[in-house]
Amino acid sequence: MGEQLAVHCVGLRHAFGETVAVDGVDLDVVAGSVFGLLGPNGAGKTTTIRMITTLLPAPQGAIGVFGVDVARRKLDVRRLIGYVPQQLSADGALTGRENVALFARLFDVPRAARKAAVADALASVALSDVADRTASTYSGGMIRRLELAQALVSAPRLLVLDEPTIGLDPIGRASVWERINQVRADTGMTVLVTTHYMDEADQQCDRIALMHRGRIRAEGTPTELKAIVGDDATLDDVFRVTTGDDLGITSGERMRDVRSARRTARRLG
Amino acid sequence: MSAPLGVPLVASAEAPATHPRRFGFAGLVVARAGTMCLVELQKLRHDRTELITRAIQPALWLLIFGETFTRIRAIPTGNVPYLDYLAPGILAQSALFISIFYGIQIIWERDAGVLAKLLVTPTPRIALVTGKAFAAGVRALVQALVVLVLAAILGVGRTTKKIRLLAMCFVVILGSAFFCCLSITIAGLVLTRDRLMGIGQAITMPLFFGSNALYPVSLMPGWLRVINRVNPLGYEVDALRGLLIGTPAALGTDVVVLVLAAALMVTVASALLPRLAK
Repeated sequence: MGEQLAVHCVGLRHAFGETVAVDGVDLDVVAGSVFGLLGPNGAGKTTTIRMITTLLPAPQGAIGVFGVDVARRKLDVRRLIGYVPQQLSADGALTGRENVALFARLFDVPRAARKAAVADALASVALSDVADRTASTYSGGMIRRLELAQALVSAPRLLVLDEPTIGLDPIGRASVWERINQVRADTGMTVLVTTHYMDEADQQCDRIALMHRGRIRAEGTPTELKAIVGDDATLDDVFRVTTGDDLGITSGERMRDVRSARRTARRLG
Repeated sequence: MSAPLGVPLVASAEAPATHPRRFGFAGLVVARAGTMCLVELQKLRHDRTELITRAIQPALWLLIFGETFTRIRAIPTGNVPYLDYLAPGILAQSALFISIFYGIQIIWERDAGVLAKLLVTPTPRIALVTGKAFAAGVRALVQALVVLVLAAILGVGRTTKKIRLLAMCFVVILGSAFFCCLSITIAGLVLTRDRLMGIGQAITMPLFFGSNALYPVSLMPGWLRVINRVNPLGYEVDALRGLLIGTPAALGTDVVVLVLAAALMVTVASALLPRLAK
């Protein structure tokens, strides 16, 4: 009863037609922590995140975000969330500042505070100098940081990142995490992240859940998970043991998702 | 069916958001529509290419078709010169061509993750669609102004009364909102850009020729009159013609039909939007 929960999921299930993407997921994310959702393509990570962020309904099970029922109070839940999708989603036809200001308006940041909030969000991701250039001139890493600024401008209590560093070079990845950790240190924001990078999960996440075929197969701190496998084990080893080296495309993975991930990686160069 | 949350949470069920809701539902819809319109204007400010390229087609209609048919007097339009008669029709056509392909932008936004991000903001679906519809209206309006200037250069006898010009803006926005939402509805049904492009191209010309944009209703065969009667473009053209060149028009009926058609289509498009988010 001691810890505040940012996300609380009970018995989540979602199917696309005959294909069960998420199959009875129970998940607790402690407020203020970084929680990593790992798993192979088609494991059900993105579907789980889409249900938590209200993009998909949860036909079975229940979700609470900071105690607010997602099924009943979608708009209130959305006010608590900042979301960065897998794709590069900044609008290239707008400047960096306009991209962030759009989300400040959509989150009803009061007019008097809006300009400063936008400037602060851009400064927090080190984009102030290029804020008035159109986003189409940004590099992949800069666009990712711009998307972070869009998600952060409303000062969310929960930041949801769907593979935020996919396709970025090590410097870009480090830069994105540096910014996230800076904001966390300042605000105590909770982070829920999916990633394919085991080293990233090991370094950045307080707790990790490994998903496979729609279910959570293992959960714990990185140290706890590695200890299950043995001395000197890495999270890659845990991943292999959990999935049994069986990466067959089954639950939930769709051609569009794979194509989208590849397109993002290509755009990031 | 949702199961009850099994574990009592420490966090309050009234967990405060940083920026809580400030508007009623109607205020939220207006605020979101304003935001979407602003974004559309910002995009136009950064890149005016589309504004110029989209002006070519109406210019050709007015210059070639309009001038030629004015000379040969093939279409009886009473005391009104054919070019004057045609100009409101081309104005409506120009707005139609912009808004009917707006669904392609929605599909692009879905593929780029923009739609998902918009749907995770505290914006009801209906407010998002209304915002998009009015944004299409603003873009069409800017285009309509270009057509109006072209028409003025060609000597079309137009109204200079501010109230009539404002009413024309309102009619263009309403018509564009309807066709934009029709496009989003089709996008929600077919889900892919290629299919939407094909359907858009297939319906655009029938909508245009099945209206009074080029010729008076009195010249239409019976079956075409029926199509014109259920075609919102016909009401848009009728209103624009009445406002711009002062021909007899059922303005009240035109506006009521356009408002109802736009409201209906906003509702249908909003219902189908979640299909695009899956």
